[in-house]
Amino acid sequence: MELAYSILVQPFADMVGAPDFLIQVVWEGLVSGVLYALIALGFVLIYKSSRIFNFAQGIMVVFAALTLVGLHERGVPALLALPLTLLVMLALAVAIERVVLRPLVNQPDIILFMATIGITLFLVGFGELIFGGENKRMITSELGIPTGSFEFEPFGGFVSIEQGDVTTVVGAIVLVVALLAFLNRSKMGRAIRALGDDHQAALSVGISLSTIWVLVWFIAGVIALATGIVWGARAGVSFALEVIAYKALPVLMLGGLESVTGAIVGGLMIGILEKLFEIYWGQPLLGGNTEAWFAYMLALLVLLFRPQGLFGEKIIERV
Amino acid sequence: MLYRIAGQYKTSYAADHALFPVRQDAWLLGVILLFAFVVFPLTASDFTYQALLIPVLIYSLAALGLNILTGYAGQLSLGTGAFMGVGAYACYKLVSLFPEMNLLVAIALSGFFSAAVGVAFGLPSLRIKGFYLAIATLAAQFFLVWLFQKWRWLTNDNASVAIQVPNIDMFGITVAGPNARSITQYFFVLCVVCLMTWLSINITRGRIGRIWKSVRDMDIAAELVGINLMKAKLSAFFVSSYIVGVAGALFVFLWRGAAEANLFDIPLSFRVLFIAIIGGLGSILGNYLGAILIVALPVIINTVPAAIGITISPSMVEHLNTMSIGALIIGFLIVEPAGLARFWAVIREKLILWPFPH
Repeated sequence: MELAYSILVQPFADMVGAPDFLIQVVWEGLVSGVLYALIALGFVLIYKSSRIFNFAQGIMVVFAALTLVGLHERGVPALLALPLTLLVMLALAVAIERVVLRPLVNQPDIILFMATIGITLFLVGFGELIFGGENKRMITSELGIPTGSFEFEPFGGFVSIEQGDVTTVVGAIVLVVALLAFLNRSKMGRAIRALGDDHQAALSVGISLSTIWVLVWFIAGVIALATGIVWGARAGVSFALEVIAYKALPVLMLGGLESVTGAIVGGLMIGILEKLFEIYWGQPLLGGNTEAWFAYMLALLVLLFRPQGLFGEKIIERV
Repeated sequence: MLYRIAGQYKTSYAADHALFPVRQDAWLLGVILLFAFVVFPLTASDFTYQALLIPVLIYSLAALGLNILTGYAGQLSLGTGAFMGVGAYACYKLVSLFPEMNLLVAIALSGFFSAAVGVAFGLPSLRIKGFYLAIATLAAQFFLVWLFQKWRWLTNDNASVAIQVPNIDMFGITVAGPNARSITQYFFVLCVVCLMTWLSINITRGRIGRIWKSVRDMDIAAELVGINLMKAKLSAFFVSSYIVGVAGALFVFLWRGAAEANLFDIPLSFRVLFIAIIGGLGSILGNYLGAILIVALPVIINTVPAAIGITISPSMVEHLNTMSIGALIIGFLIVEPAGLARFWAVIREKLILWPFPH
């Protein structure tokens, strides 16, 4: 009885009792949800256009952020380091397409998945070799990202919202809108979607597979850089950031592997729900740190009812 | 010439279905076993046991378990590390609750705990397929490691929240713990691994193995010809997790000697997956070849530069190691996606025909 009370009643009583704290928690969840959604977006783009389950997306985030910070450490001004980092990501996209993807065209999914794990390991070793493994500070102020915080007092309580987080959310919205416009309006964007629909048909009307792959990996690199900057501003830049890649996987599964909407909705959902669960159920009842697995269990539960995720394409199987 | 199979007639079905229908294969295995049981123990140093021989055997066993699930039954699993953890923690509890229990029995029993957990997390495979199924095994991975950290009962409420392997005697010889000699540990692991390999070869080439393969190749078609998918998939999860659990118990009790929860985290799962894939999915031999490669590589990277007179710092070695394993995986996938086992198959084919080209 007491257990049922502490699971079913107490958390909600706490929520209603301290609405300002609830708002703070939801906001924190929302911000991390935006970041999960961004990473998942990179996954979805690559999966849509090439059916590759790109495990390396998380490490690309770290690699992009490290390159940016590393260039700045070597004396390059921040505003010049940004385009240089973009160039590095482009070079990375070309290299991955040339060295890894092109020889592996038409291999089974699991082989390509393993290849992206190989890329992950390679980038981890390479990045640590060049930039060192220690935690670095993101060059937030040099890039012109505000660092103060807004403070509100709703319901007689106190809520503090970091300006950097607001920038994150706004920046993410701009990025997503730009990306959707690119995918739906531009010629290249249509080519990407055509490849996603049907490889053979797209090839037969003259769409170049290798160009599109480079393009898609480059866009994923740009998204990775954006994610790296904002996540690095919150937690510092090091290979510990890699763990967010594991957070993006359940987001993908929850939303559906092919769906941009799914990535965004799934990201926000997981970000907010895992924070709420951790604060109101995890810490008092389970000893905390439930964020490590909550997203997976949630995705697993949803998948049991919808095996293709919330927004994924219906899986049709033929013999 | 050496590998000529002409003239080896089979006059009965039993002879045709023998474990080694080709005589040379049996001889080759005999030579390998001779090395494993006689030559290595006579020549190996303590370092060789701890850095090469024992880990190769244990990792091959874990990869063998994964290979049954992924390579034979076609269900992708990224949670091998956690299932190894279940085996290790179960064995630890068994040994500390029943101190007089034979270690061999404890390890054999601990596999069943891992198998039960594996079946529980395998249930979603009935509805979820492909990459979506990876989420179920990843859920197991993260949830179980969290559980190892939080559930203090598993580590007997000790302060360090870690497993410490006590000294365990078997028939008057110390086989596990700080006082055990490497050579006894090696023989213990070798015998268990040989037994498990023999069992798996026979399972995979028998009726159950054929059912698994048909599910792997196309599960709907398999269902249409009357295969019970639920039984097939869950039995694959059961057998696979059992072997992985035994490997986990060996991993801690006969090799590491102590373990914290994060030892079973996702890098371990990936390492086993690499071994299975580089070795070759759907092959028993491949696991051994893959394990030899993955275990020996860091040792080589550690010793070669020193031998030719270049000094590199330890952190540099580690980074080079990660990098070269990554590059190696990509390289192998490009050259031979079917793995090292396929290399051996090609070589064997050539040997049979040699010296003729066709």
